[in-house]
Amino acid sequence: MNSRKLEETLFKIFMMASLFLVFLALAGIVLVVAMKGLSALNLSMIMETPKGGYYLGKEGGIANAIIGSLYLMTGATLLSLMISLPVALALQKEYPGKRFCDLTRLVLDILWGTPSIVYGAFGFVMMVYLGLRASLLGGIMVLTLLMIPIMSRAMDEAVRMVPFELKEMSYALGATRFETTIAVVLRQALPGICTGVILAIGRGIGDAASILFTAGYTDDIPTSLLDPVASLPLAVFFQAGTPVPEVQARAFASALILLLIVLVINIIARLLGWRFSKNIVR
Amino acid sequence: MESRRRHAFPVNNLLRKRQIKELLALVSGRAVLIFINALVLFIFCGLLLKTFPILNVVSFSDLLFSSSWYPMKKEFGLFPFLISTLAVTGLAMAIAVPVCLLCTIYLSEYTGKRFREAARLVIDILAGIPSVIYGLCGVLVIVPFVARLGEMVDISTTGYSLLAGGLVLAVMVIPFIISISVDVLRMIPDPVRESAFALGATRWETVKYVVLKKARRGLLAAVVLGFARAFGETMAVLMVVGNVAQVPSSIFDPAYPLPALIANNYGEVMSIPLYDSALMSAALILMLVVAAFSFSAHYALLRIGETLDG
Repeated sequence: MNSRKLEETLFKIFMMASLFLVFLALAGIVLVVAMKGLSALNLSMIMETPKGGYYLGKEGGIANAIIGSLYLMTGATLLSLMISLPVALALQKEYPGKRFCDLTRLVLDILWGTPSIVYGAFGFVMMVYLGLRASLLGGIMVLTLLMIPIMSRAMDEAVRMVPFELKEMSYALGATRFETTIAVVLRQALPGICTGVILAIGRGIGDAASILFTAGYTDDIPTSLLDPVASLPLAVFFQAGTPVPEVQARAFASALILLLIVLVINIIARLLGWRFSKNIVR
Repeated sequence: MESRRRHAFPVNNLLRKRQIKELLALVSGRAVLIFINALVLFIFCGLLLKTFPILNVVSFSDLLFSSSWYPMKKEFGLFPFLISTLAVTGLAMAIAVPVCLLCTIYLSEYTGKRFREAARLVIDILAGIPSVIYGLCGVLVIVPFVARLGEMVDISTTGYSLLAGGLVLAVMVIPFIISISVDVLRMIPDPVRESAFALGATRWETVKYVVLKKARRGLLAAVVLGFARAFGETMAVLMVVGNVAQVPSSIFDPAYPLPALIANNYGEVMSIPLYDSALMSAALILMLVVAAFSFSAHYALLRIGETLDG
């Protein structure tokens, strides 16, 4: 009897220790980035583009990367929304072809797991084939590929949660599937859909491997779709790689900006899920 | 009769419009689904086509199992990179899996709903931290730590090593695995636990003999998904792993995983013939391995959902 109690206590201690360790590691990351980043962060970091000699520790900021990430995300979010929403709605079970839908879900899972470097490599091949150089357009297209599975899967979950009885009422009134989808399903699933979009943005904005070759890097703010564009994760990566300590400190400042954006995006996504779900029929 | 039908004409017109809309929605919905399925084929075929040129020069087994990587001399052996990838990922999983399992059991079985939801929230949010940030912290904290560790056991190391890569990767996948596996454990209905309690089992015994046994497949799927995620992770590993093209002989040696190889060498791809083909074959390997893992995890999780529902 005693040994059973002992085992229980022992494992409970292990569990608490490992949970503590995980929280410690993750809190450590946030703290390290915050402490190192805050000391190098100032207004000119956010407001200015790199001046001459910026990468040797002279004046300037990473406005180019912030604006660049904004451009990339706007384009990629709109494009992937245009594909993901129809995908999620077309996967409803009212539409015939259960096997095809199951296959599509499997494919989405596979795409979801595909490493972003593979998307980057594939995107680069396609761009070479099409004669495109590293550009805003290329970056947007590859990020779209990366975000489609994340968005579609989250939206599909949300759409599937809509109770079938609700849809049946709409059908009983003589509405078509399309009308039901627009008037009932979209409205019911809206919080889930928004959460999906925001989660995909959170993943997309932090991804460096996919846009390493496809978006390029530049000190200027792009003026057309065919210009190369800077981005926050790559700004962190390149600045961390330099030997100059001032620039490395700026890498942490850039990382802090990126981290704040991602954390805010994620927190909004969760809060949205909670807040809206109160008005939803379950 | 005739006049009545004429009278009904506007109604028919409306119906027709609605039917056309319905049809358009159906067709466009089908079209995007086909697009998604074509996309995966397209990526696969694109990479495959790019891989063929190198197989004319290097045999398939040489590509996978030769360790001579001299792109200038047209020797493309991916073996050191494959081994590095497997070693870094394996190390990361060896660290991550026990920790994840313990955390998951605690969160799922020992805490109340409120703490679990809060912890899940924090863990989910942290799973979204970009990998460059993990890499940056790895350079600052883990690399010096590994260097010190090497000093203590009398091995000279810069700290940029297999171990550093494994540690960073472990920290990265832990929130990811916990998030999935807590869901898996919560899918097991409470009566299952209650019947074990009724037989006099302690909480830990219930977990050990009943819950874990029932959730085995799902937990395995969570681990497999974590493995797949770690396998293709690029930036964080690239920054701490050292990037030396050799077969690592100890965990303090630098390594050079496949994703890092692709990311580092893209700039010079055009100047050396067949180089791009070699890198594409690396990307293809990554994609196939990860797809196989995702595939099996997908079916494992699907089966669980079905058996527990019905």
